[in-house]
Amino acid sequence: MSKSNFTRRGLLKTSAVAGGAALAAPRFFSPSWADGHAGYLNAPQGDTVTLGFNVPQSGPYADEGADELRAYELAVEHLNGGGDGGMMNTFSSKALTGNGILGKKVEYVTGDTQTKPDAARASAKSMIEKDGAIMITGGSSSGVAVAVQALCQEAGIIFMAGLTHSNDTTGKDKKANGFRHFFNSYMSGAALAPILGNAYGTNRKAYHLTADYNWGYTTEEAVRTSTEAMGWETVAAVKTPLAQTDFKDYVAPVLQSGADVLVLNHYGGNMVNSLTSAVQFGLREAQANGQDFQIVVPLYSRLMAKGAGENVKGIFGSTNWHWSLTDEGSKAFVKSFGEKYGFPPSQAAHTCYVQTLLYADAAERAGTFNPCGIGEALEGFEFDGMGNGPTLYRAEDHQCFKDVLVVKGKENPSSEFDLLEIVEVTPAAQVTYDASIFGGELGTCNPGA
Amino acid sequence: MEAIVLQLLSGLDGGSAYALIALGLTLIFGTLGVVNFAHGALFMIGAFCTVTLQRILTLSHTVIDDTQKDFLGNPLKVQVPYIQDWVGESAAASIIDWSVPLAILFAIPVMLLIGIIMERGLIKHFYKRPHADQILVTFGLAIVLQEIIKYFFGANPIPAPAPDAFKGSFDFGVLLGFDPNVIIYPYWRLVYFAFAAIIIAGVFAFLQFTTFGMVVRAGMADRETVGLLGIDIDKRFTMMFGLAAVVAGLAGVMYTPINSPNYHMGMDFLVISFVVVVVGGMGSLPGAVLAGFVLGILQSFASMREVIEFLPGINQVVIYLAAIVILLTRPRGLLGKRGVMED
Repeated sequence: MSKSNFTRRGLLKTSAVAGGAALAAPRFFSPSWADGHAGYLNAPQGDTVTLGFNVPQSGPYADEGADELRAYELAVEHLNGGGDGGMMNTFSSKALTGNGILGKKVEYVTGDTQTKPDAARASAKSMIEKDGAIMITGGSSSGVAVAVQALCQEAGIIFMAGLTHSNDTTGKDKKANGFRHFFNSYMSGAALAPILGNAYGTNRKAYHLTADYNWGYTTEEAVRTSTEAMGWETVAAVKTPLAQTDFKDYVAPVLQSGADVLVLNHYGGNMVNSLTSAVQFGLREAQANGQDFQIVVPLYSRLMAKGAGENVKGIFGSTNWHWSLTDEGSKAFVKSFGEKYGFPPSQAAHTCYVQTLLYADAAERAGTFNPCGIGEALEGFEFDGMGNGPTLYRAEDHQCFKDVLVVKGKENPSSEFDLLEIVEVTPAAQVTYDASIFGGELGTCNPGA
Repeated sequence: MEAIVLQLLSGLDGGSAYALIALGLTLIFGTLGVVNFAHGALFMIGAFCTVTLQRILTLSHTVIDDTQKDFLGNPLKVQVPYIQDWVGESAAASIIDWSVPLAILFAIPVMLLIGIIMERGLIKHFYKRPHADQILVTFGLAIVLQEIIKYFFGANPIPAPAPDAFKGSFDFGVLLGFDPNVIIYPYWRLVYFAFAAIIIAGVFAFLQFTTFGMVVRAGMADRETVGLLGIDIDKRFTMMFGLAAVVAGLAGVMYTPINSPNYHMGMDFLVISFVVVVVGGMGSLPGAVLAGFVLGILQSFASMREVIEFLPGINQVVIYLAAIVILLTRPRGLLGKRGVMED
């Protein structure tokens, strides 16, 4: 079901508040930005509108960034009426017609985040200032998402986050101009805990290895909270440097600690290397406290799981979306993407594609590119047909609430893409939480002019 | 006690990789006087020799299997390695399974060639330039090499598992009289340690017991005099650069089952390897090996949970703290010689 909350009165009210705030707040950007505006920054002139795709094109997440970019290009093609339309055919809102956005042909520029907050801000700033991007989207890291979201808030541009899993993005660091479709650490913990309880029992002792940065902390906290609530004990939680490549020094003592579960709060290369070390040290075959030793990876990425090879077999984790889902939206997206590129899309590609369509749809429903109008159209928006079942873009924190997938490394993969099997689709209600628990203030939307 | 033995093993294991890379760095510095920041890239290229051999061994032709479907619902295209057609399924599986050890044979000529081309093509032009220039050009070369690897192999890690015979762990504790399953250590890491020891011993034996090695050592001590005796020391030093590249490459080949290769792995080792060289003493081969193991063991103990709880963050800085302490008390490093990099 689609529903628009956008009203003319609401837009005027928000604009007035934002205008006052903009006058009162120090300006980060040069006044020259205000040139040529029509009540908001970078109002499209002529018959085109420019979107800014800010993805890691270099650095350790470059492959994930490349997949994001493929998805964005596909979304632009579909928005402009090309291809088979993909998820536009299954999206519950029917505002998108393949005629661009608000009749303007969609063009795009790209930036390289390098998975570094400073570089990501610089590339986003360049796309906004030099290329006139009306919206910034993308990224594969929470550090980058939080940094770029803050910049977009200051500039007065909508930020549609890419792959970012930290609670903080829509928690303590949430912004009125920022929106996240991807799930978060809390949801991973809430979805995983019951499955782990069923599979491994409630009398377990967990040892956490946690990447020493923001995302690692929130993921460890989420998994600890939900597993301890069902009876697990946490015997140790050790922070590991983000730049660590060989985890032997951290994995070697695990068996002697009295633990019988190892939770790897690692992502990307960290996950590949720590899981490889854990398997090498025989933890998958080990016994502890009279039970089989188990390993858990709270956040899975198929692209990263490929790097760990057969080490992922039988290991539980969670993911935002998987190409093997059989709902109509997922099937349409996999078909479009697969026929264009020859392989199935990743979860990063999925969330980026969906975010682009959601932005375009919000603009159509709002009848404007004004960030405040689009924000209002997205807040409280309920939709379906985008691969995760009925979804709500919650107004209070701009976080999407939808089903979460609990997955397991497949024992007998039939192809190089067939690495994870879906164990359970956890309903959205089970992973929903009170918006106030992570603190932070949305503030007011900033139209940038 | 068990924990100490385990961390000691872990430290020796980690130290063996540091020692191998630092050994190659010191060989180049000791002979050519060049500070080679591209040495980590040679380690990385060695690892990708394994990946390349894997890809060669698994070069395939496509067979359509109508009984299975791909992700789009079309008949599945099954990749059948050519080698399977030639030697049969089980022999092909065994050869592919042993691709990491086989890659040693593949990497030796490749790394020797790369080393010689690097030295003759670029680095020899910087012998008489300041160390800062050498660092800049070799660091630039390292970036170019890793970007080339990323272009061809992508940014994600690529798994290169050990042969099945070396998977799993060895119960080391039982050998030492501990209870079973108390001190277990992965077979492949023990293999890596033994391999590193053999390579290090081989390099020392080569320098100590061959005429070639004797000339090189003489050249390291007094290049001019060796030249005056009519010996073309430059040619021998070029060969030493090639040898250093082979040592780094083999360290990379054997490291692939420990950590899946990625284009950035050389940089991850580079800084720490330079610390190892400086702590060992610039130009000292035994110093590089000793420092590699000492710093590996220190890092292992600093990563213990009890130590981190007592001194948060110590695991991230212990190597640099140790370097500061050693250089303050022994400014030339553990086994450094007077006159090296002091002019």
